[in-house]
Amino acid sequence: MFPMDKHKNIPNDVNNAEENEQISGQTDEISSDSANPKMDSVDEQNLDSKKPEVPKGEPEKNPAQKRASIGKGSIFVEPIKRRSFFSWLTLAWLAFTAATGTFFGIMLRFMFPNVLFEPKQTFKAGYPDDYSVGDVTTSLKEKYGVWIVRSTEEIYALSTVCTHLGCTPNWLKNENKFKCPCHGSGFRKTGINFEGPAPRPLERFKITLANDGQIFIDKTKKYAYEKGQWSDPESFLRV
Amino acid sequence: MLTFILLTFFFIFPPNDWFYKWNKKFKLDLIWTNKGGILILLGLLTFFLFGLTDENFKLIVLKPDNVPIVGLIFLVAFFTWLSMKQATENDKRIDNNEKVNEYHDPDDKVLTWPDLVYIELIALVLCTVLLVVWSIALPAPLEQPANPTLSPNPSKAPWYFLGLQEMLVYFDPWIAGVLFPTIMIIGLMAIPYLDINKEGVGYYSFKQRKMAVSLFMFGWLVLWILLIIVGTFLRGPNWNFFGPFEYWDIHKLAPLTNINLSEYIYIIWFRSGLPDNILIREMWGFLLILGYFMVLPPLLAKSMLNKLYKKLGNLRYSVFIILILFAISLPIKMYLRWMFNLKYIVAIPEYFFNI
Repeated sequence: MFPMDKHKNIPNDVNNAEENEQISGQTDEISSDSANPKMDSVDEQNLDSKKPEVPKGEPEKNPAQKRASIGKGSIFVEPIKRRSFFSWLTLAWLAFTAATGTFFGIMLRFMFPNVLFEPKQTFKAGYPDDYSVGDVTTSLKEKYGVWIVRSTEEIYALSTVCTHLGCTPNWLKNENKFKCPCHGSGFRKTGINFEGPAPRPLERFKITLANDGQIFIDKTKKYAYEKGQWSDPESFLRV
Repeated sequence: MLTFILLTFFFIFPPNDWFYKWNKKFKLDLIWTNKGGILILLGLLTFFLFGLTDENFKLIVLKPDNVPIVGLIFLVAFFTWLSMKQATENDKRIDNNEKVNEYHDPDDKVLTWPDLVYIELIALVLCTVLLVVWSIALPAPLEQPANPTLSPNPSKAPWYFLGLQEMLVYFDPWIAGVLFPTIMIIGLMAIPYLDINKEGVGYYSFKQRKMAVSLFMFGWLVLWILLIIVGTFLRGPNWNFFGPFEYWDIHKLAPLTNINLSEYIYIIWFRSGLPDNILIREMWGFLLILGYFMVLPPLLAKSMLNKLYKKLGNLRYSVFIILILFAISLPIKMYLRWMFNLKYIVAIPEYFFNI
């Protein structure tokens, strides 16, 4: 059996050694970090073999001695203990998490703007008799992004998005065509592309009659000509 | 006009000995002397001064947006002339076994401080003054708030993208907007690996690197600068083409009914309907493109570009010729559109795949 004091002494010694190591390590780091400018300059000059001079008033020592004196006790540095290190780490981590969280929170808020341009996807567009034969109605373009075209036999709703790169074409009444201002694509009144780079015709929207006899347009359903969908009875309204 | 530029271009910047011979015969290298430079300047100035007497020309050229592009024309002309002048002077010196102009450059050094820093400071102040005066004299146009359902007519990209926008007129978005820019960047990155000519390093010279200078000038002046100029000054409402003195009439009627290659072959030549099978329908277009990229390079290697092929080796030649073919495909497609109203060589709108 060990005596109490001896038993106590062994771990104490280990602790001390570790602490000493930590302290000397810390002081080294901090002194070179510029905690003490005077010491710094001395250190630098010592390292620099071309300039062996030392500031006035200080006796010349050999470099090894001086470095020892820096390490040992010339500067007082509060040692960071393991426990306090962890509490600092926790604090730093919390701060980082909070900052990142706030950042992503702001980003998320940004996704929901105060003003939203989202025209209704389904709407009523008046009675079929409101549209005269051969006309392209452009009044709904700004609000809903739709042209309503009435031919002799049917009414259909054309999308106002150019199939080339998504600009908004204009209806040119005199030329009897839709013309895109971005790259010059042209579409006939039916929506068929015939000039410029547009690869396919304008899309048509689902168009039906509501119970009250009004035209009901559903923009969520699109009909593409090149897929043969324009023969679908919902892609036009027979008059 | 473009035809004229394309035809004369390789005589002004000859890529090989044959063109070079003609260049010398017509004495076209006289462009790159002081007299030639003054003539270019006077030519440009008279064109613009004469043009300004025309109302329509004045309206377009003096628009605050377009004034920088007018400046760009002069600047590009000047710097092309300057570099080519130094190059032709060096060529003459090399012919006479003299040392090149830049030979003593490495001995001619100044100090960073104060010489360089002072010059930089002065340049900085002058540039700031220029920008302030410019922004006061020619205010940037303010337009109404953006409206997603209303595209301005004409809708123009920023000036440096107008070349890309012009390409978009002839190609599908994924080619002109994605594939071509990528190939341009890859091509520029590949230059140091493709150009194994050790002559002409460290000094201006044309004769020693005819091919390199000529091809670069083609890509830069014709496929980039010229397209920007066309996009800025010659594209009006509805993206119609307008001559420099023409009124930008919104109702200008330009019949541009375009037809795909498959429609040409089946409907006009065979007088039958389009086949239902997409692959059979577009077979001819695919064959054409395969021929362009697979058959043309070996043919050229055996005939016209034989010397080049031997110099570059197999791999370098393949990369080089593919890049060149991509670059040349743009003017080819433009001509096909203008002459035959050809829309797409391969047209599969069902899968957003058009070439």
